Amino acid sequence: MIIKTNKCIPSSEITDPAIFKQRRQIIKAMLAMGITGSGIYSCFADAIESKWQNVPKGYQPKTLLTATSNDIVKNHTNYYEFTYNKTDATSLAQVLPIDPWSVEITGEVEKPGVYHLEDLISQQTLQEYVYRFRCVEAWSMVVPWIGFSLADLLKKVQPLSTAQFVQFTTLFDPKNMPNQADNRLLEWPYVEGLRIDEAMHPLSILATGMYGEPLAKQNGAPLRLVVPWKYGFKSIKAIVKIELVKRPPLSTWSKSAPNDYGFYANVNPQVPHPRWSQNSERVLGAGFFTPRRKTELFNGYADEVAALYSNMDLRHFF
Amino acid sequence: MLTRFLKPYSLCFSICLLPLLGIVIDMIFDNLGPDPIQALHIRLGDWSLRLLWLTLLITPLQTITQWRGMAQYRKLLGLYTFFYASLHVIAYVWLDQGLVWGTIFTDVIESSYIWFGFLAYLIVLALALTTPKRIVKLLGKNWKKLHRTIYIASIAVIIHYYWQLKGNLAEPLFYLIILALLLGFRLAVWFKNRKFTKMMIPTTRKIRVVKVDSLTEDQTTAGQSKAIVIEEVNEES
Repeated sequence: MIIKTNKCIPSSEITDPAIFKQRRQIIKAMLAMGITGSGIYSCFADAIESKWQNVPKGYQPKTLLTATSNDIVKNHTNYYEFTYNKTDATSLAQVLPIDPWSVEITGEVEKPGVYHLEDLISQQTLQEYVYRFRCVEAWSMVVPWIGFSLADLLKKVQPLSTAQFVQFTTLFDPKNMPNQADNRLLEWPYVEGLRIDEAMHPLSILATGMYGEPLAKQNGAPLRLVVPWKYGFKSIKAIVKIELVKRPPLSTWSKSAPNDYGFYANVNPQVPHPRWSQNSERVLGAGFFTPRRKTELFNGYADEVAALYSNMDLRHFF
Repeated sequence: MLTRFLKPYSLCFSICLLPLLGIVIDMIFDNLGPDPIQALHIRLGDWSLRLLWLTLLITPLQTITQWRGMAQYRKLLGLYTFFYASLHVIAYVWLDQGLVWGTIFTDVIESSYIWFGFLAYLIVLALALTTPKRIVKLLGKNWKKLHRTIYIASIAVIIHYYWQLKGNLAEPLFYLIILALLLGFRLAVWFKNRKFTKMMIPTTRKIRVVKVDSLTEDQTTAGQSKAIVIEEVNEES
């Protein structure tokens, strides 16, 4: 019998927001009493808190979604660069160096360049986006992401009229990502892509945090894509390169199994995966006796995004 | 004698219940991870597979050790395979799908990996139902034929396992190799017996060819195109 024990999560990752606040109150109290000579530390604490907590709500058509517990979202990830096991990625991903981090924006843009992540973020307003997240494996959750609109970032670098698609690339770091080192499963680094109008859609965001905290490494820190109406594998993690291109990018899963995973990968209960149904999904955190939920077209965002695909046969462009 | 014999049997009976105990404890203490229903499917499925493989291990073990007292263990392990496979199916239709037959129907139709699991379960069900001695007697020679479909079930099971995975194929590969050994052993025994049967035909007797016929297409076996009718030459006459 296999008895699974919970993997050790570094304490930095699991600091309870309540404790965090408490610490801050202590610092404030100390400051008020004049015990702390220097205000630097408290300023630092302020900066972190204001950056990730109480951010304004971003564009989100679904207002009644209840977020899945943070614990589930942090311990149920597909990060094949590290492992095939959804729980093990939590500890394995901690070796990833994410600070400093830079993102290359290149291709069909007026202002190509290599940007420091901090500079990119400081130009944007961080907002909270509570989105459904539907995996191609037929499970789903609701995640309160913190991030900014992808369109706002793209506007800053000014795409040329020739830019038809956006290609994203994950970090290639075989020293820290064992399956990249061994060349296992997929062709690394991971590549994903969107049509330019999909990328410019207000629902498409780049996330840097979730649950009022910086993004956990196993969830794609420090920068990941979130496209809520598409299957989870489109929402690429640990982005180092954003390239605006003329031709449709060949995404990693499409390259590996073209009949199983298409370029669009829109959530669609009517179009099954060749080996399994997409008609329903298991809602994580719902408890043992809650049956599956019926999957919605475009993951419930049809009102917002259906127009992008109005003249397309979704069975063909899956 | 009887008590000595019963002891390992009842021990085996109890050991086979331990995986279920482990699963129930993990269910009660919420220890099945972020996707507990999926974990339940995997744990129950894994144990059905392992028990099926163990059932298939008994015959080779008997042949190798020449020990004939193992049929009851084969029966016990076979019935436990059915038991865990049934729990696997119940977890799917009840916990996962909430007995909503419309959704279950769509899910089964659209998920080809489930077809193989379904086929395997139908076979295991048929084998379990034909376990009672009365039915064994009733079926006669057909009982053995029916129970040979366990080979088909085992192959369906391994496809069911492979077919649903996206990435990691190491674990099903491990079980596939074991299955290949288990089925390969039977194939080897079958070949050996065939060879042995051939050797049993006396070659010292004189024969003469009576008639040579061309074979029709469906009679043709490998490397053979003529049917040779032979007659034994009786030298005394």
